[in-house]
Amino acid sequence: MSEVLDKVVEIVCNQLSVNKDDVTSDSSFVEDLGADSLDTVELVMAFEEEFGLEIPDDEAENITTIKSAVDWIQNNS
Amino acid sequence: MVNKKVIVTGGNRGIGKGIVLSLLEHGYEVLATCRNASNFDFSHENLSVANLDISDDASIEAFSVSVEEFEPNILINNAGITKDNLFLRMSEDDWNEVINTNLNGVFKITKLVVKGMLKRRWGRIINISSISGSMGNPGQTNYSASKAGVDAFTRSLAKELGSRNITVNSIAPGFIETDMTQGILAQEILDKIPLKRAGKVEDVASLVNFLSSEESNYITGQTLVVDGGLFMK
Ligand SMILES: NC(=O)c1ccc[n+]([C@@H]2O[C@H](COP(=O)([O-])OP(=O)(O)OC[C@H]3O[C@@H](n4cnc5c(N)ncnc54)[C@H](OP(=O)(O)O)[C@@H]3O)[C@@H](O)[C@H]2O)c1
Repeated sequence: MSEVLDKVVEIVCNQLSVNKDDVTSDSSFVEDLGADSLDTVELVMAFEEEFGLEIPDDEAENITTIKSAVDWIQNNS
Repeated sequence: MVNKKVIVTGGNRGIGKGIVLSLLEHGYEVLATCRNASNFDFSHENLSVANLDISDDASIEAFSVSVEEFEPNILINNAGITKDNLFLRMSEDDWNEVINTNLNGVFKITKLVVKGMLKRRWGRIINISSISGSMGNPGQTNYSASKAGVDAFTRSLAKELGSRNITVNSIAPGFIETDMTQGILAQEILDKIPLKRAGKVEDVASLVNFLSSEESNYITGQTLVVDGGLFMK
């Protein structure tokens, strides 16, 4: 669990230039971390690359928080 | 610029060929396509060729593998067709074929390259539209609609991708001497062109060159007209 979470947090911090301390599992990319809509697409691309997954577009739309990303990745790898 | 790798669709003849030759001359590495790659009558150490029918999903799917390997940062959507007829005589097939090739094809091929450009934070997308898309032309309801669509696509995509240093522009040629215009370049058309001649493929290629380069960094979402002054807004 924590390994996926750590990687997701790392990717999000990199992509959105935010500090690790400002990120919790409930953080929403757009509302809490200042992502624009293209950032959210890029985050999904980065998750796909890091975890070797393909996230279908209609499911990617629901990945809006750290927790939803971690859950999706764990349920699908 | 991260690299100088360009894809040109419809690069074997006409304007596309002019674009490919000019980009090669300027040191770009080019992946050029047409429906049957054995139709390329020229070669170069920095040129690779691939089969691609932009109106055919299976062909696009096969081509996507070459795109991933090539990692292009510049895309020239040049391939296009006409199926002219007066509106009252235009069949639905001719309408659909032109929209599917000229407009849907641009959508599908652009899809293949944008992810890579996003990752590398640099990109150029250059769509060849036509003045027919903004001035209209009898016999070309299908073609004009497809090219106006390409110009509008260009503007919206430019707004989406601007923050990632990807520019999207279109070039609207007037009458250029190619197979497409063979037999229709009558004197009465040439007389209406302020520069009094049809365009050459090089006239379009030089603008593609400029838009591909760092020189055009601050230009996006535009339709640039290359028509000898035929259509002035
Ligand atoms: N010539 C003009 O005056 C003029 C004016 C305004 C705009 N344009 C635009 O400029 C572009 C090039 O025109 P051109 O005059 O060079 O035309 P062209 O001489 O007829 O060449 C058309 C090119 O597009 C390719 N192509 C056509 N349908 C295709 C498909 N389904 N899949 C893949 N490739 C396809 C052709 O490849 P194949 O060899 O496989 O057929 C060829 O390379 C077009 O988008 C055209 O609309 C031209």
